[in-house]
Amino acid sequence: MPKYLLVESRDPSETNDIGYFYDLAAALAGEGHAVTLFLVQNGVFPARRSAMSEPIGRAAKTGVEVLADEFSLRERGITSDRLVSGVKPAPLDVVIDQLAEGRKALWH
Amino acid sequence: MAPTPTLTFVLMDPPYENARTTTALRLLDIAARRGYNLNVFAYEGAVYVPFSKQAPHPNAVHGRDLAQEDHPNPKDWVEAIIAEAKRQGGTVDWVQCGLCVDERGAAESIPGLRRGSPADLVKFAEVSDNTLVIPTK
Repeated sequence: MPKYLLVESRDPSETNDIGYFYDLAAALAGEGHAVTLFLVQNGVFPARRSAMSEPIGRAAKTGVEVLADEFSLRERGITSDRLVSGVKPAPLDVVIDQLAEGRKALWH
Repeated sequence: MAPTPTLTFVLMDPPYENARTTTALRLLDIAARRGYNLNVFAYEGAVYVPFSKQAPHPNAVHGRDLAQEDHPNPKDWVEAIIAEAKRQGGTVDWVQCGLCVDERGAAESIPGLRRGSPADLVKFAEVSDNTLVIPTK
């Protein structure tokens, strides 16, 4: 069964085409695939508990591994205690690990 | 011993404009430090990422001279990635989309890269363990 790496670099408060990406991650996980949603750049903003973070928490509950780039979090002053439940800080190395592993990768 | 992974990255954004360029170079740096074999297909504005005429500059508004400003230039990062890959036993095959280069007058790139076409991207994808396309908005 294919495994997936979805990289989200955009902030949902900037653009309206992100919800489908979270939904894609959740749907793949719902079908039993291993899915990592890796948040990077402004994509980490909704990882901070806010009105924008509910869809990410929902994806995590469906079994999506939601990771947020540590560097992007630091750049934006988001500390780990501010993260929504289900989101873990992670180094960018995870993306390279999963590419080398052969995961199907999609950047948004 | 597992074979050395080969990864292909497709870059589209010009330098100095978007965090995607920085993230792409961070990814390449991580893989280079591991000694992976890297293929890069740079097209559209990304052909300016290794443009050799990039230059540091002082910042008169902030009252900083050249050294104080320490202005980063992506061409230096690309050079460093290529050098690091070589140190670690890996390779970097960086192809500049020829049509994109001509359109933009971006032929003067740092040494170690080559001119190519989308056919090279197909070849890259065929021989790689994985390909990551980093599209512009």
